[in-house]
Amino acid sequence: MNGAEITQVFDYLLMVMLLAISIAVIRLQNLFAVVVLTGAYSLIAAAWFVSLSAADVAITEAAVGAGISTVLLLAAMLLTSREAKPTSAFRHWSALVVMTAAGAAVFYALGDLPVYGSADTPANTGVGMDYITRTPEEINIPNVVTAVLASYRGFDTMGEVFVVFAAGVGVALLLNLSGRGRREEGGE
Amino acid sequence: MNPYVVLRVVSKLLIPLIFLFGLYVHFHGEYSPGGGFSAGVVLGVGVILFALIFGMEAARKAVPPYAARFGMALGALLFASVGFASLIMGGEFLNYTVLHPDRTYVGQHIGIIAVELGVLTSVTSVIIAIFYAFAGRERSGDTAED
Repeated sequence: MNGAEITQVFDYLLMVMLLAISIAVIRLQNLFAVVVLTGAYSLIAAAWFVSLSAADVAITEAAVGAGISTVLLLAAMLLTSREAKPTSAFRHWSALVVMTAAGAAVFYALGDLPVYGSADTPANTGVGMDYITRTPEEINIPNVVTAVLASYRGFDTMGEVFVVFAAGVGVALLLNLSGRGRREEGGE
Repeated sequence: MNPYVVLRVVSKLLIPLIFLFGLYVHFHGEYSPGGGFSAGVVLGVGVILFALIFGMEAARKAVPPYAARFGMALGALLFASVGFASLIMGGEFLNYTVLHPDRTYVGQHIGIIAVELGVLTSVTSVIIAIFYAFAGRERSGDTAED
């Protein structure tokens, strides 16, 4: 068994773990367990990204998914109840119909996907190859991801920063940022 | 203040390392995986861990809410101003090559570092701000948490 096959086995193993966690998240009623399991999901997803050599994405997934989201969801959970209300059977059935249709569409499209790890996919041969060949002469930094993110796709990244900024402003407007509004109002 | 001694001691050891790692991820982003986004999140997590262990009041003293609010806008502004700087210096918007008189990759390096600093500032501040907004709220009917 060569190296590529071993990483492929790892990928399948991690995907099975992701599937098991998502089933557990759907089945559980205890919100605390659900939040912790979503954190575990992100951590395994991060491990999967490392296995796919996407280390930049893995760092962000581990920090955002397993770190921030878990903490924020826990903080939000403290403000509401600890148990989910059981959903009605009708909603289960309608969800099943939608998911079966969407799943069938995904399986239908599966045949057109390139082979796992194939080097001549559009993503690898087209603009991706262009970035890899042009980064050493134009930007001269070793990490091509940073070059693409900050320079070639600088406009995209600026949009992302403004989205993050808008999210921060939105939360600050909806929930008082200092969190002391109620106490100050009550004191006066 | 968290009553568990183990948590307090371990996080006292960990928090400086988390900040160091965040800064490493940021400033080594040109050579290894990482950059403004991931580093900003790591730094934000460091502050959140501090707030969880040592209480909101201590965290608000260390990183005041107005600093987080200010940083959100400052980071986005820094990013956009790099774009306008390159526009003024005769290039396209966010074309960093013109930022250095030699018009070589040095300009690109200047631009990338400035832009990543903007991303870092914005992401860190937004994460801290969102955490403050959530954690500062109390359940209706409960007494104030200290």
